[in-house]
Amino acid sequence: MTASPSPYLLAGAVIIGLAVYALVVRPGALRRIIALNVMGSGVFLVLIASAARGDGAPDPVPHALVLTGIVVAVATSALAVTLARILHRTPSEADERDGAR
Amino acid sequence: MSAALAGVVAVPLAGAVIAAIGGPRSGPVAGAATSVASLMLAGALAVDVHGGGPVAVEIGGWSAPLGIALRGDGLAVAMLALIAVVGSAVSLAAAGEFTSGAGAWSRRGAFWPLWLLLWASLAALVTARDVFTVYVALELMSLSAVGLVALGSGRAALEGAVRYLLAAWLGATAYLLGVALLYAEAGTLDMVGLADTLPDGAAAGTALALMTAGLLVKAAVVPLHFWLPRAHSSAPAPVSAALSALVVTGSIVVLVRLWSEAMSVAVTEEAGTLVGVLGVVAIVWGSLLALRQTRLKMLIAYSTVGQVGYLLLLVPLAAVPRAGGGTGDRAAADAWSGGVYYALSHGVAKAALFLAAGCLVFAAGSDRIEGLGGLGARLPLVTASFAVAGVTLIGLPPTGGFVAKWYLVSAAIRAGEPWWAAAVLLGSLLTAAYVALVVRVLMSRGESGPAPVPVPRRMQGATVALALVCLALGLRPEEGLELLAAGTPWAGMGSGETP
Repeated sequence: MTASPSPYLLAGAVIIGLAVYALVVRPGALRRIIALNVMGSGVFLVLIASAARGDGAPDPVPHALVLTGIVVAVATSALAVTLARILHRTPSEADERDGAR
Repeated sequence: MSAALAGVVAVPLAGAVIAAIGGPRSGPVAGAATSVASLMLAGALAVDVHGGGPVAVEIGGWSAPLGIALRGDGLAVAMLALIAVVGSAVSLAAAGEFTSGAGAWSRRGAFWPLWLLLWASLAALVTARDVFTVYVALELMSLSAVGLVALGSGRAALEGAVRYLLAAWLGATAYLLGVALLYAEAGTLDMVGLADTLPDGAAAGTALALMTAGLLVKAAVVPLHFWLPRAHSSAPAPVSAALSALVVTGSIVVLVRLWSEAMSVAVTEEAGTLVGVLGVVAIVWGSLLALRQTRLKMLIAYSTVGQVGYLLLLVPLAAVPRAGGGTGDRAAADAWSGGVYYALSHGVAKAALFLAAGCLVFAAGSDRIEGLGGLGARLPLVTASFAVAGVTLIGLPPTGGFVAKWYLVSAAIRAGEPWWAAAVLLGSLLTAAYVALVVRVLMSRGESGPAPVPVPRRMQGATVALALVCLALGLRPEEGLELLAAGTPWAGMGSGETP
């Protein structure tokens, strides 16, 4: 839509790139959860950048989308952190491989 | 009929709320009420769309993009019917397993709210008309599915749940980035409107690639399948049935919609072929891994990894524009019928397999395949259902799998690309091998081990009912196939004659 990419769009792309890099090289559930959150923020920034409509008032739709996206991201993060915490506390049993039940 | 369309989402959602706040007794009641109401709504919608074409509704009168618009075309209504049938069987089996007081459940109170929420999100996913509502439905689906996986007991279930959640999250984020590019480019999120307004270019191609990648992670297509086998096999059997039959299919339905309707302008022959090749790799690799499993539920989970490949064949055969003209369209129409009918047949059959596995594991106390010897004589109906569902996956008559694979093969030959047909048949051979592996053990004479635990009747009944649906899909395919064409470019193209 815009002739030259806005700084917000570029920043969003850089943030997404950083998060993908972290996802690839950093093991561990917590680091991955944080990386996915950072990646989500980058995507939101790209969405917000798309709201610019020349000199006129910005398009409200991307704002509504980002708000909904933030709600989804919060819920997902909460579930992920909770599960990771329960997993961390559950002892790994040696005979675990012998039966699923 | 627009009220019925809103109802297919609202009914399970209301059930989830009632089950969440109503205490432990309300769960099975909410599940039963949701099953009955959803079956009736899906049936009414199917009759209506079959006769009168697609229906649509804007919830609360708010129009898109800020409101939620739902659309019931042939594909959506067929999927709603699949969700209602499999959902009812899963609810029945779960209720049976609960009252028995045994089973692999650690936190069973949370089952009904999560399961009914999953049901509502699936119904929203297949009927959603704009790509952002699809994103929200995808996330709701993943979150409730992850919760259900975590209900299984032990560390394996938790590890499976965490891995599933992170994979699904990454997929959803890639999808959302695609949505952002799409909106920046076209200024609309409406699937029907996108087809007209989306300009062809690098941005459209990138958006389609990102959304496809995200959906492929969610559908566990090789090589992005790493999370599925553990998550699907460590969950309790009714949950595994819902995950393999419905959740995977839901992601593929969105994928097919994007390629064939909303973003068809960005589709190129090379990209379509690439998705098809991924499908073929999935068929071969998933089936080979299924053959190597020693645990029943793991085998069925890898079977899902393989069978998803068939659904991807829809992309190169039905969505890619061909230079062939009339004959090309005929091939596309056949591929559409075959691919979507396979989604229905596979969904019912895979749910039947997992519910049968639930009964067998319940009886034997372990899911090692070699420990299941002799159960064929003790559980004849469950064993017969397992065999019928297996025959559906192989694609032999008189099951829905045969009808579906027939159309897929004939589409590939009509399109002049017989290698897709070869992949379909190779997959059938491999499927036959791993189904026979299990059935042989079941039919063998078991050694004198401990007597099997009696299996609750409702678990057995749900399994047998799904096996009967597999047969019905093979014996009466005409109405279903006509329904699938409603709202597609091939509507009114009768089966058999050339336009």
